[in-house]
Amino acid sequence: MSTTLDVERPTRSPRLRPRLNLAALPTVAAVVILAIMLVYGELAYGKIFQLNTLSNLFISNSYLIILAVGLTFVILAGGIDLSVGAVVAFASVSGVMLVNAGVPSVLAMVAMIAIGAVFGLMSGVLVQYFDVQPFIATLAMMFLARGLASILSTAPERLADDSGFRTLSDEIKLIDGPKLNDLVITPNVVIALLVAGAGFVLLHRTRFGRTVYAIGGSEQSATLMGLPVARTKVWIYVVSGTCAGLAAVVYTSKLGIAQNITGTGWELDAIAATVIGGTLLTGGAGYVLGSVVGALVLGLMNVLITRDGSIPAEATTIITGVVLLAFVILQRAVTHARRRT
Amino acid sequence: MRSALRSQYFWGVVALVLLVGVNVVKDPSFVQITINDGNLYGSLIDILRASAPVLMIATGMTLVIATGGIDLSVGAVMCVAGAVSMEFLANVSDPGSLTSVLSALGLALGLSLVLGMVNGFFVSVLGLQPFITTLIMMLAGRGIAKVITAGQNTTATSAPFRWISNGYVLGFPVAFLIALVVVAALALVVRRTALGLMIESVGINPKASRMAGIRPRNILFTVYAVSGLLAGMAGVFTTANVMTVEVAKTGMNMELDAILAVVIGGTSLAGGKFSLGGSVIGALLIVTLDKTITFLSIPSAATPAFKAVVIVIICLLQSERVRALFTHRRPRPPAPPAQNPTQTLEEVVA
Repeated sequence: MSTTLDVERPTRSPRLRPRLNLAALPTVAAVVILAIMLVYGELAYGKIFQLNTLSNLFISNSYLIILAVGLTFVILAGGIDLSVGAVVAFASVSGVMLVNAGVPSVLAMVAMIAIGAVFGLMSGVLVQYFDVQPFIATLAMMFLARGLASILSTAPERLADDSGFRTLSDEIKLIDGPKLNDLVITPNVVIALLVAGAGFVLLHRTRFGRTVYAIGGSEQSATLMGLPVARTKVWIYVVSGTCAGLAAVVYTSKLGIAQNITGTGWELDAIAATVIGGTLLTGGAGYVLGSVVGALVLGLMNVLITRDGSIPAEATTIITGVVLLAFVILQRAVTHARRRT
Repeated sequence: MRSALRSQYFWGVVALVLLVGVNVVKDPSFVQITINDGNLYGSLIDILRASAPVLMIATGMTLVIATGGIDLSVGAVMCVAGAVSMEFLANVSDPGSLTSVLSALGLALGLSLVLGMVNGFFVSVLGLQPFITTLIMMLAGRGIAKVITAGQNTTATSAPFRWISNGYVLGFPVAFLIALVVVAALALVVRRTALGLMIESVGINPKASRMAGIRPRNILFTVYAVSGLLAGMAGVFTTANVMTVEVAKTGMNMELDAILAVVIGGTSLAGGKFSLGGSVIGALLIVTLDKTITFLSIPSAATPAFKAVVIVIICLLQSERVRALFTHRRPRPPAPPAQNPTQTLEEVVA
């Protein structure tokens, strides 16, 4: 592999610009798709370009944005994290049980985020220091987290309605529109946007971020360049796990219920959001803000499916799967095109 | 003795014997086998019957993993096969007739084969990563099952269909005998022809095997198709046992069991070598473990967590770092085998 790269380099360097454009193509496609979906939704069902619809889009998908941002780090470095949904389940159930046992909400939230970080750390150590393939290591963590959540409780655990935990989902009116058409945000949305912002800064403005991209491009080259590959590879899983813990906080505060089956299939949603947003599954190219767009595309898709009503709710995962598949194939085509040039 | 120790499934057999031993200590009647109407009954026979679905998916998974891939969709395909057969039997006019049962069986196996072929197409022809292709199928498959039954848990009555799982032939459970025949036939095909070697060579290095005249594309397509078909058979066994398909539960976490059976059997997750006999031992071990957990009345909610820990431990034992701890006094083997896998993986990805 390295030899072919060396041979191709002289012909490649002058074409730096088209290559960059090709790398950004999937992200551009995601933005275009989001715009088309918004316009189509407005024309077909109406009431899409409304402050309350758009507010709800962010409010109900803040957890997915957080998960997708975390997963972007992992996928950029050429790894995968299949454990996020199950980690959310375990963190949520333990958090709610802690609160119901009398632990202050803030401490419970810290504990939930810490649970996520610990699971991420375990995946990272398995992948980096024991050469376990990323999907196997995180699959094992997925079953471990889901199993631990089931040991804690198999019944829905409820938060009291007046619990301090739920203040994170208190609605704050920014613009008081006519009727119910208000621009509303919740602390959850603020958290999600802060996470996205932090992810952006971390990936594009720090050495850590550049190392993540370098590892995704070629781990061998990154090592030869003297970058701290081992440390970074563990950290990306910690980032992803921490985001899963945070997503658990956000989701639990919104719903007020935690269950051992919470988050089933969220790994697919988070991967889909990241991939739709333009991050290459093979690593090395992508944008954290693209993943936010990807999460919004998925959220909007759910809104449109509900509005349409003719598609059974059971088919939603099939549609998500097909969309993800389409984007993975698109990526294959783009990487092929890049290699040919 | 040394060759027995080194055999891939030596530790699996030891663990199996230990597990049975634990049960016997708890209650000696565990190993008791009674004969009633010429059929064998007892906990051990129950284990044989319950192992049929795990045997099926573990066999398919062994071949897929040997090519360096993974099939995360086996549980969902089981659910689809169960859903389509139950839905058919619930709506057909004479569910007890042989034609209905054969059609239900054909539909279930046909649909699972198609799903496996879809996986195979995306992995072999389009070159997508196996885990992402089959992850999509794992979640979309459950969606397909829900669409087939309209989100309901479908129940049907059909004595011949139930017989597939609960009947007896020559005193042994039919399901186990069918599974055994299928595994034996498959083992003959892969080990008595060059197919097994081809699968292993694709797992070691697809590029080199193509240079050597093997068509990795056909091999990959075949193993995913076979895995889908076997998962369909497993789904039939599972649903025929209770004659109900629970769209949210049937086949749930079964991919964990399959992967676990495969790694216990000594097949490396990195691909390149496999042992069907080991996977059979692995499958029996897992079912015995499930049985032990219920027998000792440990809450079964803990099972997936426990199995996940076992997988992690086996992965650790397979890793170079841990092996080096145990073998650092002995001279290192000339070519450390675990160096290849990362390379092959990169090539598959690229």
